[in-house]
Amino acid sequence: MTPLVSTGKRIPDYLNAAYGLKSWLFTTDHKRIALLYMASVTMFFFLGGLMAVLIRLELVTPQGDLVEPDVYNRLFTMHGIIMVFFFLIPAIPATLGNFLIPIMIGAKDLAFPRINLGSWYVYNAGGLFTMYSILNGGVDTGWTFYTPFSTTFSNTYVLATGLGIFITGFSSIMTGLNFLVTIHRMRAPGLTWFRLPLFVWAHYATSIIMLLGTPVLAITVLLVALERSFHIGVFDPAYGGDPILFQHLFWFYSHPAVYIMVLPAMGVISELITCFARKRVFGYRFIAYSSVAIAVLGFLVWGHHMFTTGQSIYASTIFSVLSMLVAVPSAIKVFNWTATLYRGSISWDTPMLYALGFIGLFTIGGLTGVMLATLGIDIHVHDTYFVVAHFHYIMVGGTIMGYLGGIHFWWPKITGRMYPAFWSKFAAITIFIGFNLTFFPQFILGYMGMPRRYHAYPDEWQVLNVMSSAGASILGVGYLIPMIYLAWSMRYGPRAEANPWGAVGLEWEIQSPPTAHNFETEPVVDKEAYAYTAEQGYVPPTKEAEFV
Amino acid sequence: MNFDIPLFPESASSLASQVDNIYFFALGVSVVFSVLIAGTIFFFASRYKRRRVDEMGTPEQTNMMLELTWSVIPLLIMLFMFAWGTKVYLESYRVPRDADQYYVVGKRWMWKFQHPEGNREINTFHVPKGRPIELIITSEDVIHSLFIPAFRMKRDAVPGRYNTAWFEATKTGTYDIFCAEYCGTEHSLMVGKVIVMEPYEYDDWLQGNKPEQSLASSGAELFEAKACHTCHRLDSNARAPILANIAGKPRLLQNGKTVDATDTYLRESIMNPKAKIVAGYQPIMPTFQGQLTEEQLLELISYIKNLGADQAQTPADPAAEG
Repeated sequence: MTPLVSTGKRIPDYLNAAYGLKSWLFTTDHKRIALLYMASVTMFFFLGGLMAVLIRLELVTPQGDLVEPDVYNRLFTMHGIIMVFFFLIPAIPATLGNFLIPIMIGAKDLAFPRINLGSWYVYNAGGLFTMYSILNGGVDTGWTFYTPFSTTFSNTYVLATGLGIFITGFSSIMTGLNFLVTIHRMRAPGLTWFRLPLFVWAHYATSIIMLLGTPVLAITVLLVALERSFHIGVFDPAYGGDPILFQHLFWFYSHPAVYIMVLPAMGVISELITCFARKRVFGYRFIAYSSVAIAVLGFLVWGHHMFTTGQSIYASTIFSVLSMLVAVPSAIKVFNWTATLYRGSISWDTPMLYALGFIGLFTIGGLTGVMLATLGIDIHVHDTYFVVAHFHYIMVGGTIMGYLGGIHFWWPKITGRMYPAFWSKFAAITIFIGFNLTFFPQFILGYMGMPRRYHAYPDEWQVLNVMSSAGASILGVGYLIPMIYLAWSMRYGPRAEANPWGAVGLEWEIQSPPTAHNFETEPVVDKEAYAYTAEQGYVPPTKEAEFV
Repeated sequence: MNFDIPLFPESASSLASQVDNIYFFALGVSVVFSVLIAGTIFFFASRYKRRRVDEMGTPEQTNMMLELTWSVIPLLIMLFMFAWGTKVYLESYRVPRDADQYYVVGKRWMWKFQHPEGNREINTFHVPKGRPIELIITSEDVIHSLFIPAFRMKRDAVPGRYNTAWFEATKTGTYDIFCAEYCGTEHSLMVGKVIVMEPYEYDDWLQGNKPEQSLASSGAELFEAKACHTCHRLDSNARAPILANIAGKPRLLQNGKTVDATDTYLRESIMNPKAKIVAGYQPIMPTFQGQLTEEQLLELISYIKNLGADQAQTPADPAAEG
């Protein structure tokens, strides 16, 4: 295919296609909506992060002496709610996915541009309810809203927050629907399913979960609201309800939601590994199918959150073995990424540092997940810091590493600017070290028996908690550095070329930043994804990417 | 501040070493795989580091054998862990026949323990070493979870139902009790100590703190006070079933189904009698919802379970007991 950049007169890019606040707030351009989302999720990330800072400060000393217990309970609740529903779930799909999926499949936009814009408003409307409850004192139920605590005993803003989550869920449904239709209907001529970038496959699998899982969350939240307001007797045993039923419903969504968070990150990693090893991905079809396998199996494992509730031991047995099966497609991905490095031409640019970090941290997160799925181990470590450490390795070590890796990879495409090489590598390494220092000690604390959501804890666990808090401060600095240089680069960064990394993919064949319609002529695809060979017409760049 | 870094909790129950053994196995597998993957990544990333700016990778064909190998090997290891873990899990649920029954009630924010002899404790739990102990756990309000790390034992306390767990302490000493399920303001203060004593010391302790009557005999008094005995007689099933020897046995219901008379069933039959009607009876029993505390319910259930179990006393003469 001929590069579309150099032909003819320069058309204004999407950032300069129109000006003024209105041109942003009423845009239907998927790229601008991606940036709107990026602003929103970044704000929520730092808000949730601020709460994490206070939590880790409280846990420096064994006594609950920094904040009141009720404040502490609100802090970890709001931290969880904000990070899960307002950052981790939309982070990659609504920003990078929104920006890249149409371009990667050679389309001018998503199938439903107005629904796409609508989803951002819906997301923010949900966010407003959550902010309202925070400003009024917050919620103290834990992000899991377990009944009957949430329905009968908590006297905090459960309804407002629940409504916020209910509303925001619809933005997720809208995004999932949009992606599914777009990927089915709008691929460029010649772009068959098995020529799609794995980023698109990962988002396809994610969209299935968004579409099928989120309504269950909506129903569950609605039932909690009805129980709380009218005591309809679904969950509250005092009215003949079953509190365990809530857990079944909640985890039926919230376990697959973990895959909404991590599958897109896996998609990002496949793009990064291939570009920076300059090699076709090893086992393309295995990685593609494994995304779908994870999405499907992910719906069948929710009961592993309930091994100690007294659910049927036979049910527990089935959930245990199914949970282990999910680890197989995850392992397939890790091994295939590793094999892709073999005899590659590997550059250690910033996005690659995140990708390699992701594989390491995700491996630890996954292996400890297998430990938790083992019934005999779970009865001891369930609801302890072992679980806290495990899911942070998946969500922070996985999703956030993937998100940051993706941001650094596509930043030149999105903004048309480069960022400082030194500072970006420094931040990546700082985040990796800070992350491990924060969360590795929590595995030990968990096996020692430290329960999660504890405001105060026995003295002998202080050293490990101090290590964790020290790591969190390093991690916090690591997250602030990119904020600074990325903001700086938007104005002062050197201009990026169309394809600074020498990457393969439709998004690298158009100018940086792209024009409003992405492609001025419809692209035709005649080769597989990751065609990094001379036979397939790949020409490696002749000079390094220009950093600062 | 204590600068020792603790790495491993104390093991003080028969289950603890079994949980630790799988944990060590899983830890070994995890370390091997992590080191292998991280090492390979680091090796490849260094060995194949880009030397010239226009250098390209060498393409590989997908190798079916390799894909199958690295899918099947982890699967087999995991199935092994699954089988082993499930064995230990089932064991933690299979209560030995000779276990003594203790009741545990979680309440915001305390743990209440009732010994079969009638002793009651709050946040402290004396138990004998070397005897299997069955715990029947419930909650008065929200969900709690009884967690004793040294025993590697955890079971949720769920309002409206009874969960059972058991342990056999193997080492005398004092160990932590935590609430592991978040339950509100003082969740992290809902802690206690389990004190494992030599059996003879425990028997002395029981004697020294002897309550007026056992759990079952308190239940017998309650059975009369609430006028249960006017219908549930031992000599006649005219109005209501005879309750002797029903605990744990299957009950044929009016709708043709059969249910086991578990503790949860007995509780439901007191609180919500119309939920499950035994075949051949009319739904005439009133509900006792709101009239009985969780402790009183446990006393009644303990009484019903003792009926005909070890003595054939009449409910009209509770004083004959204990």
